[in-house]
Amino acid sequence: MLFAIFSLLSAAVFVTLDAVDVAFTEAAVGAGISTILMLATLAVTRTREERAHRLKPLAWVATVFTGAVLLYGTMDYPQVGDPTAPAHQHVAPRYIQQSGEEIGIPNVVTSVLASYRGYDTLGEVTVIFTAGIGVLCLLGPVITLFGKREKD
Amino acid sequence: MVHFNYWVVIVLIMTGLYVVMAQTNLVKKVLGLNIFQVAVFILYISVGKLAGGTAPILAAGFDRYANPLPHVLILTAIVVGVATTALALALVIRIDKAYGTIDEMEIEELDKEQE
Repeated sequence: MLFAIFSLLSAAVFVTLDAVDVAFTEAAVGAGISTILMLATLAVTRTREERAHRLKPLAWVATVFTGAVLLYGTMDYPQVGDPTAPAHQHVAPRYIQQSGEEIGIPNVVTSVLASYRGYDTLGEVTVIFTAGIGVLCLLGPVITLFGKREKD
Repeated sequence: MVHFNYWVVIVLIMTGLYVVMAQTNLVKKVLGLNIFQVAVFILYISVGKLAGGTAPILAAGFDRYANPLPHVLILTAIVVGVATTALALALVIRIDKAYGTIDEMEIEELDKEQE
């Protein structure tokens, strides 16, 4: 449940960052489908936790070290929203200026997704297809024996 | 406030990383991976943000739009992320079926008993 709220909040963050399409997908897919999958898994598996969670010093050290390295990395980053940042110089202006005439759709994200980067989307569909087959292979026997466990 | 977005991303990445490393419950590990993933999404969208710009939907009266390319990449990443989450959770269900537990430590103990 908390995870669904987290997803929904991140969708709100995307809206404030002008990424409405991403926010839409995150709200539908992240808050919707992911949460349903999580809850379904929790319903099928045993969720009791007997041992209390202990703080793991080594994991802490690794986490803090990673955070420090990333913080050091952001020092070289351009300011958020800076129009002179390298990310805004290369292909994006062309997409924004030409896609209206070339594709004829006002939504630039849609024209990039479906046309300029259509092969990426094809690859995405391939990944989803593979994952779907994987899930079916893994869970096929479980669905027929739903509720029965081998060890009990 | 110059790099505020990036700091939020770093905190989320640290949270996700710690959850993945320290939690023994496999479902919680998958959840940690998801938190990490959302952090990367926010990083990309922050890079695409343009001060004073609007969402990249062409309309009369606007000439500054956010960079659409990161949006497209993250749209793809979100959907792929759900596919991998589904696969991971399917694996967790299989592990639960085979061992009767989804706790990493208990699985390790069961493995040692069998040897």
